[in-house]
Amino acid sequence: MNLLDPQGPVAAANSTILVDSVFIMLAIVVPTIFAILAFAFWFRASNPKAKFQPDFVYSGRVEMVVWAIPALTVILLGGVAWIGSHQLDPAAPVPGTGSPVRIQAVSLDWKWLFIYPDQRIATVNTLTVPAGAELNFQLTSSSVMNTFFIPQLGSMIYTMNGMVTKLNLRADNEGKLQGLSAHFSGDGFPDMMFDVNVISPLAFPDWVATTAKSDAVLNEDSYKKLMQQGIEKGRPTYRLDDPRLFDLIATQHIPPGPGPELASEAGRSHSGGHDAR
Amino acid sequence: MLGKLDWSAIPFDQPIPLIAGAVVLVGILAVLAWVVVKGHLPYLWHEWITSVDHKRIGVMYILLASVMLLRGGSDAIMMRIQQAVAYQSQGYLPPEHYNQIFSAHGTIMIFFVAMPFVIGLMNLIVPLQLGVRDVAFPTLNSVGFWLTATGALLVNLSLVIGEFARTGWLAFPPLSELSYSPGVGVDYYAWSLQISGVGTLVAGINLVTTVLKLRTKGMNYLRMPMFCWTTLASNLLIVAAFPILTATLAMLLLDRYLGFHFFTNEAGGNVMMFMNLIWAWGHPEVYILVLPAFGIFSEVVSTFSGKALFGYRSMVLATMAICVISFMVWLHHFFTMGAGPDVNAIFGIASMIIAIPTGVKIYNWLFTMYGGRIRFETPMLWSIGFMVTFIIGGLTGVLVAVPPADFILHNSMFLVAHFHNVIIGGVLFGAFAGFEYWFPKAFGFRLDERWGKLAFWFTFLGFYVTFIPLYVAGMLGMTRRMQHYDVAAWRPWMLVAAAGMAVLTIGVICQIVQLVVSIRNREALRDRTGDPWDGRSLEWATSSPPPVFNFAFNPDVRGEDAYWDMKARAQQQSLEHGGPEYQDIEMPRNSPTGFVCAFFATIMGFALIWHIWWMVILGGIGAFATFVVFAWRDHDEYVIPAEEVAAIDRVNLEERRSLVSMAGTV
Repeated sequence: MNLLDPQGPVAAANSTILVDSVFIMLAIVVPTIFAILAFAFWFRASNPKAKFQPDFVYSGRVEMVVWAIPALTVILLGGVAWIGSHQLDPAAPVPGTGSPVRIQAVSLDWKWLFIYPDQRIATVNTLTVPAGAELNFQLTSSSVMNTFFIPQLGSMIYTMNGMVTKLNLRADNEGKLQGLSAHFSGDGFPDMMFDVNVISPLAFPDWVATTAKSDAVLNEDSYKKLMQQGIEKGRPTYRLDDPRLFDLIATQHIPPGPGPELASEAGRSHSGGHDAR
Repeated sequence: MLGKLDWSAIPFDQPIPLIAGAVVLVGILAVLAWVVVKGHLPYLWHEWITSVDHKRIGVMYILLASVMLLRGGSDAIMMRIQQAVAYQSQGYLPPEHYNQIFSAHGTIMIFFVAMPFVIGLMNLIVPLQLGVRDVAFPTLNSVGFWLTATGALLVNLSLVIGEFARTGWLAFPPLSELSYSPGVGVDYYAWSLQISGVGTLVAGINLVTTVLKLRTKGMNYLRMPMFCWTTLASNLLIVAAFPILTATLAMLLLDRYLGFHFFTNEAGGNVMMFMNLIWAWGHPEVYILVLPAFGIFSEVVSTFSGKALFGYRSMVLATMAICVISFMVWLHHFFTMGAGPDVNAIFGIASMIIAIPTGVKIYNWLFTMYGGRIRFETPMLWSIGFMVTFIIGGLTGVLVAVPPADFILHNSMFLVAHFHNVIIGGVLFGAFAGFEYWFPKAFGFRLDERWGKLAFWFTFLGFYVTFIPLYVAGMLGMTRRMQHYDVAAWRPWMLVAAAGMAVLTIGVICQIVQLVVSIRNREALRDRTGDPWDGRSLEWATSSPPPVFNFAFNPDVRGEDAYWDMKARAQQQSLEHGGPEYQDIEMPRNSPTGFVCAFFATIMGFALIWHIWWMVILGGIGAFATFVVFAWRDHDEYVIPAEEVAAIDRVNLEERRSLVSMAGTV
């Protein structure tokens, strides 16, 4: 899960910006720390060679420099931030090869549900994607806030009930990665880690076909069972009954998941959702 | 009769909180018994509990902060041990317990350690530095302290009666709403902060008024010591920001108690509004804490370099710039919520802009040392340790202000390491520097240097050994608040961090030993001059500890570094003229208002948490009645006759006459 070992273009760009910013700042920070230690050492009271200058309390030139150094650094980094924010907007598509894969992720208490509306399948705690394809995520939450994050693919984004957030990623190399929730969501929070299988684009249709043969069906009823609080150790897969299921969740037509006790109380009303953007 | 409260509220099945609670209870009872048996109770009541003397209140604030530091530190130790052992296992703390601990750790460290520590130091020192006899509202000051203590008491009560919040220290909804947190934990959290928040607001108003309205003759704004400036900035932020916290928590409480829908999932509630509001308070809060620390370092670096502060006007400008800009950056706490790139970039850049005045401050301290004669006594060690550590924290802070970098670092252990880097390296080091520096002023004797230096080195090294591994863990994708984990790569770093925590703990023990040793050797460490460090500002112009009226004569200030100036010119009027005309001094009377008010507030807070409505009414009426009684008072001042002032002051003058004549020859 090393951030400096990116497996997709978004993560690569994130970590490049991270590393570049650190080096820009180190260029200032290292000499400053060195100067602090050097001044403190040289001007120690016991050093007779150090010249005591009690009246050196103002210098226009020094003031110029001390305001200019951090200001210039920030101008440089501000540019990085402005350009980076626009280039790496999570909502902006990340072009890839082959047709884009739409994935609708729902954070549940305390598991991840991944719905593939076009393939009419769904998985829990495992995300399987083809390498090199554009991945369009739509995200929401069944109950409390969570954050969808696959460290080696880059940019994380919140999931919130009644709202849809957008994220676009691409995985370039086949292999197994791990994802997690990066926003504390209750007692089962540490068990919200999920597997990410990046498989070859050729194998992806086979995986879809196999999964579609699953005995379990995801519909409103089975979803409501799934959203009860609990930890899912297995990796269940489903055939998707209604491709509009995600919309029903995001617009609160399916009420928010119940908490620990007041199951019947939760979700009395069915007000419409908002878009996070 | 007792609302939701019954025997099930006491966690008989959980040994850790129960034993901890029992130990604390026995400790408190033992101290109380000792106080009563030894007959110290009247002294405590008259001289401390009902005191409206800003110095006494300051000391009590710092005492509260120190005790709470031990509580918050114990939480930290438990968390570090849990994350060290909970690899592919549940560790020794179940999630419902671990989650309470990290929530309590954050809440306590910010609200009941950092806040009272800096407010205590400001209370203790600012009136002295301004050359005045007290703060603007002495009784209100006492109310503010005792309400803060009420909040701390309620948080600690949750250890044995009921539970604390399991939501993190900011209690984000919808997790903190009734549907997902039906217990009393969030109520303990919210009511503690509501009550202590009133106390903080009162303290803020008091200190702003003091700095703006009560300055001695000649103390213009641009002659005030840097600590007074940072106090002004910090308290302006308190006055502006704490009402936001109060309103936000009030809305959360309305959701929980009366079925409102401010932040619920249902009925149009909006969690994003909570995020915005809580951080609109939360970001200024960071500067509320760190600005006074900057002030402390300014005083310490200047004193121990034997020079005036370099670029004083620049420092004032930087302080006020931070004060203003800190209100415009709150969104950087949730770049990952899905705001567009324009919004993210603007807030990212605004956040970086704060680094400019902060950087200027670092350079000005650097040039204060340049050409100085630096004495490495304990306060100076903390200051240099701070400068080095804080720059690293600043670097990582600017890094997470770059939105695309934050997209992979948000909420990670890297972030945890960053804010500990600035809060420990900035606020806590500052608090310790101030503690070491001003302790002789408050108590009349110095602290033991050897143990002080040991405490510094262990804390300094312990900090790095604990938090550098957390930076690394964050780079390995580890997120915060994990009760257990299965990722092998994180494990070694958690083990190192736990070892670092042990080193930090030794640092804290050294600090305690230092205090004990110093008290035992107080005669040898006695400071008779009132000016043990060759200080520059007016707090050193009076005796240690200062008399209740601070100064027999209000000092006449002719420039920056007022006392240094007086010493250099040997011009202190009271020294020049042999027998000055002493006059009667009016001082505010002690008042139990603060204590009684907080007593009723505690009852009310506890009753609100447990839905014991008759008790809520009782507490509310009691607190209000206390106010009314105070408002109807006839005499609020007493007179110290001129002869008594003269007697006290002459002793002080004898002691320092030699010192001043010596300094005059420099």
